Amino acid sequence: MRRLLLLVITVFSTTAWGQAVDSRQPTASAQVNPLLGLPPLPIPADNPQTPAKIALGEKLFHDKRFSIDGTVSCANCHDGNKAFTDNLPVSVGHHGLTGTRNAPTVINAAFYKSQFWDGREPDLEAQSKGPFVNPVEAGLANHEPILQIVRTDPDYHAAFKGVFNVGGDKLTMEHVSKAIASFERSLIAGNSAFDRFYFGGDKSALNEQQQRGLQVFLEQGRCVSCHTIEQDHALFSDSRFHNIGIGINAVQDDVPRLAQAFLEAKNKGGDVDKMVLTDKKSSELGRFAVTDAFNDLGAFKTPTLRNIALTAPYMHDGSLKTLKEVVVHYNNGGVTPADAIVNDFLSGGIRPLNLSDAQIDDLVAFMEALTSEQYAKPKPAAKGGSHE
Amino acid sequence: MSNIDQSRRNFLKTGGLLALGSTLPISLVELAFAESSQNFTFAYISDAHIQHIKGNRFVRNWDMGLRRAVAEANLLTPKPDFVMFGGDLAQLGSKEELDHGAEIMSALKHPVKYVMGEHDYYLDLGAYWEKLFGPQYYSFEHKGVHFVVLNSIRTYDDWTHKRWPTAEQRMLEMAGLDNPNGSPFMVGDEQRKWLKEDLAKVAKTTPIVVFSHSPLQKIYKGWNFWTEDAEQIQALLKPFKKVSVIYGHVHQIQYNQIGNISFNSVMATAWPWPYPQSYAQAEQYLPKLTVPMNRADPFFERDATGWQFINVANGNVDVNFTLYNNSDRTVRFDTVKKQPRDQAYQDEKARINPQRHY
Repeated sequence: MRRLLLLVITVFSTTAWGQAVDSRQPTASAQVNPLLGLPPLPIPADNPQTPAKIALGEKLFHDKRFSIDGTVSCANCHDGNKAFTDNLPVSVGHHGLTGTRNAPTVINAAFYKSQFWDGREPDLEAQSKGPFVNPVEAGLANHEPILQIVRTDPDYHAAFKGVFNVGGDKLTMEHVSKAIASFERSLIAGNSAFDRFYFGGDKSALNEQQQRGLQVFLEQGRCVSCHTIEQDHALFSDSRFHNIGIGINAVQDDVPRLAQAFLEAKNKGGDVDKMVLTDKKSSELGRFAVTDAFNDLGAFKTPTLRNIALTAPYMHDGSLKTLKEVVVHYNNGGVTPADAIVNDFLSGGIRPLNLSDAQIDDLVAFMEALTSEQYAKPKPAAKGGSHE
Repeated sequence: MSNIDQSRRNFLKTGGLLALGSTLPISLVELAFAESSQNFTFAYISDAHIQHIKGNRFVRNWDMGLRRAVAEANLLTPKPDFVMFGGDLAQLGSKEELDHGAEIMSALKHPVKYVMGEHDYYLDLGAYWEKLFGPQYYSFEHKGVHFVVLNSIRTYDDWTHKRWPTAEQRMLEMAGLDNPNGSPFMVGDEQRKWLKEDLAKVAKTTPIVVFSHSPLQKIYKGWNFWTEDAEQIQALLKPFKKVSVIYGHVHQIQYNQIGNISFNSVMATAWPWPYPQSYAQAEQYLPKLTVPMNRADPFFERDATGWQFINVANGNVDVNFTLYNNSDRTVRFDTVKKQPRDQAYQDEKARINPQRHY
């Protein structure tokens, strides 16, 4: 009988909630691992991290010469002082041109299974080549001007020689993108108040409101279904694509025409990268633009929630200004304003949540506890290379 | 995937039309059936189970399933010649449910034809449904194919007319699974007689496609995946060269070949049912050819539901399943083996194993 009782107690104390609170060894929270809460960093076998490569990548990341008017670098939209985003609804490119999508933070982008809001590139190496030649971003016709600079600039010449042992014609865009990706891969950050509470066993790391918010996050809010938390780490993204009723709601009557026109253009050799950033309505087709699958109409990648308090405005189109607006959108079951019509292609998991005002505030307070106190670097980069 | 892309490109080149949705093997419509102008496709939506709660409130999830199927069917290019609705538009047969379902269906930009399901029928024996959609069984010709629509969910007169104090009670009894008060479905004498006369006018070489709600086979009686007079109907279909039966009701992918008759089920837009073999203590005859799909992910409310795009280019049916939050699947008639064949999951090693332990 006592055995049974013990078993029951054990079961109760090792629920997802209880496990974090009760069954972990408390650690000294002040000295805690800066990567607390993150899984091992995935590093491609053909692009290992080195301090020199990261430093080279950082220089490339900030070089405004890689744009048609000499004013746009990666850092314009991914500003280290703004948590590697730009705090604009949609980003501004050369000559003040605007695109259709909100700049996602680069912090922890290394953990995504695909890049861009629609996942059209598999990794940071492929992603980093795109914006240079996008007509509303850096605006170059092709990558040649970049290669011209990195092959002739003495500093770059020395750096590429040192990192990749290449120069002249052998120095290609692959080397440039690998270096940028390495730098981006160094921008990883864990150790938020949530991590210290949930994985570090520090019960005081979250205040009472934030703890209630976590409960809503895990239960009635259904947030965790897409913004995932695992047993020993949390990326807050399932790396999947969902139609959550942002963007697509406004163009739903036009979807048959848009989808058909988009596929026609694509079949004639149109470039998805250019099409989605230059046509607001086509942009709202989301992941469909990449896969042509009905299932992906209006669907965008689940972004991480780490550092979310620093990266307003929100959603792929930057249409929601505050975290509270975001939660209210979900609470409405995928519509803003509440009396708008839900789009026909809405993902199945999105439905009205019936959260109270207090629960909404709790949830926002919880998300504010997901900010990393510092941006941490992966181990290979620990000895050198600075991006601060 | 690359094969599909290839065939799609070829189609675009030769057909000059746009194939919307690369996962649909639309190039098939270019295969010869009579002359190319006779090629055609149709979409199939089934088992919406629109359920009235109160006032103007209906179950949101079932509404969304049907709305999405309608919206996606409207995106098809080339356009389907018509859309079939496979039965169980309503959950408890009420006027409100049938009206609400008909309203959602009215957004379709293609002609629609309807099959009677037991959830549409057992409240008023189809009276209101007939007002909205027409006769309960009928046939029609389309581009050289003879289509037959049966009401296959009737049962013994004694059960229907003498057993229940109210029509509502009768409806509820028939809506339940594993219900000892239930009764097996059948087409019945009157319709079989009609079918015999209808088919007598059709040449034996004409492809026949039969739409029914129940399977016109005997799969699992406890859940009424069963048609009591299946053998007699199959006998009437036996003399024809190409016969396909398409049925709803089971909310899962099933296919089978009995003699000359190919059987294909369609998915529901409402919810998934388990597989009969999961209920192992009861006798069941799940078609041997069927490869179960992987189990639904409970978070994604639409997972394991869907609709289908069917082509009759070669006189047999090829069913392309559009499955939400899941890999689309195609069950195509194999002209060499003369039976339906799942294109993706036929090989044991290519399958995503379903859950077998409950």
